[in-house]
Amino acid sequence: MPLLHAQSISAGYGDSRAISDVILTLQNGELLALVGANGAGKSTLLRVIAGAHRPTAGTVSFKDSDISRLTDFHRNKLGISLVPEGRRLFASMTVIENLIVGAGSGRAGAWNVESVVETLPMLKPLLKRNASRLSGGQQQAVSIGRALMSNPEVLLLDEVSLGLAPIIIDELYESLSVVRQSGLGIILVEQDLARTIAVADRIMCLLEGHVVLEGKSGDLTHDQITDAYFGHSIVSFSEPDLTTEEGVQA
Amino acid sequence: MIILNALVQGVLLGGLFAMAALGLSIAFGVLRVVNLAHGEIMTLGAYLAYLSLSSFGLNVWVSLLIVVPAMGVVGYWVQRLMLQRALRLSELAPLLVTFGLAIMIPNALVEVFTNDKKPLPTGDLAVQSITVVDGITIGVLPLLTLVVAIALIAGMQLFLARTKMGRYMRAAADDSDTLRLMGIDYRKVYAFAMALAFGIAALAGVFFGIRQGGVTPFDGQLTVLFAFEAVIIGGLGSLWGTLAGGIVLGIAHAIAGQISPDLPLLVGNLVFLAILVFRPTGIVRSKVAA
Repeated sequence: MPLLHAQSISAGYGDSRAISDVILTLQNGELLALVGANGAGKSTLLRVIAGAHRPTAGTVSFKDSDISRLTDFHRNKLGISLVPEGRRLFASMTVIENLIVGAGSGRAGAWNVESVVETLPMLKPLLKRNASRLSGGQQQAVSIGRALMSNPEVLLLDEVSLGLAPIIIDELYESLSVVRQSGLGIILVEQDLARTIAVADRIMCLLEGHVVLEGKSGDLTHDQITDAYFGHSIVSFSEPDLTTEEGVQA
Repeated sequence: MIILNALVQGVLLGGLFAMAALGLSIAFGVLRVVNLAHGEIMTLGAYLAYLSLSSFGLNVWVSLLIVVPAMGVVGYWVQRLMLQRALRLSELAPLLVTFGLAIMIPNALVEVFTNDKKPLPTGDLAVQSITVVDGITIGVLPLLTLVVAIALIAGMQLFLARTKMGRYMRAAADDSDTLRLMGIDYRKVYAFAMALAFGIAALAGVFFGIRQGGVTPFDGQLTVLFAFEAVIIGGLGSLWGTLAGGIVLGIAHAIAGQISPDLPLLVGNLVFLAILVFRPTGIVRSKVAA
């Protein structure tokens, strides 16, 4: 039984369609990376899963229960937590207040202010600082910590490294490796392909709202992902073992 | 000494304006709803106090123990059943709903209570005063009003800073969409904020009624003006700014009143316009969320 399953999701904004007929599955403890150019539909897909954007078609199941009709806050209570693009911190509140609000779902678990700070050590000296006075990397750490405070089973990470310095990105990914050890499923939207290949169990590439490549990260080459990313060739890897010629179409 | 006395009286009057404006400030700061029926909610609160007096023989102050929670409950359900639904249609829809309430409430009050002024007696409290120095006398009721207004604002700041619901309200003021992603039923947060706004408005309505020697159905049309002006002068969504705005407005009224009894309203409006032109963000820039 998959932890999360999105079936035939289509969604858009007004007349513009952002994703079409996307199927996504996430297993317990798995890290699935969504890659694709700007406008490929990655963030929309995450928002649909989190319940923050209503799809035009398709269903979302969590632990075999259909949650398609549930609101975003109900889904968070079930264990799906989104780190939104742009961090979206509560700007007038301190770091610790942001973290405390993140625990609003009341879900029990190992994550609390202490364990979050232990995992994201850059937050330790910042707890009483106003969120609006943080650097981009610090804001991202708060956003991740705030999502963890709800003790999620599925963590949706949208554009973790966008606009951040490499040294900060390294630090955040180090923290994420600790987060992974807690066994939760992660869907990661990331622009940095090399980093994605390094950390992901599985990669799904979106192009103009369609899944054009999917497979275990160890089975995919950097060139295959790059080609799919830019739409140079459409590749469909629905099974882990896709090394035959039929698996790669021009 | 006359000017000094006018300043003192203005500060005291400002307490009443600030109390009237506080509920409006909360509704706007958290919900981004401009409650055009705010004055009528105040009036309704005063009528509820009158009912408590006339039907149960309660003291005005004791009646507040019924009036404030009762209006809080009304506010909660007005938000859940009317304004929340209107918010789904558009940002402007709640404005129209409150406009409708502002028309319906006084007309319903006329039907039930007639246009006659209904008294809210407080014994001799209304005429008691303290002479500070020769030429400066402080009324006990205005002083009490100012103290209650300051206590309310301080209490509200503490509530926003220290309680779980207070933090949620601040978070909702910052970014309600993201608050939803935290597993928090924003509808309850909004409704709680509106309950506070209604409860405080009702309290302010009772104080207004006491000061004016009673309440009539259309009092809200004037009190909402004072409330709006205090909020705008102080800075939208700022609680301490609301107090500052109320005091600035109160001083303007009191000084103008020294010149002519016809002038306070006009001068108050001119000060309000001047603030809008020269400092549209208000004199205090912090937010409810601060």
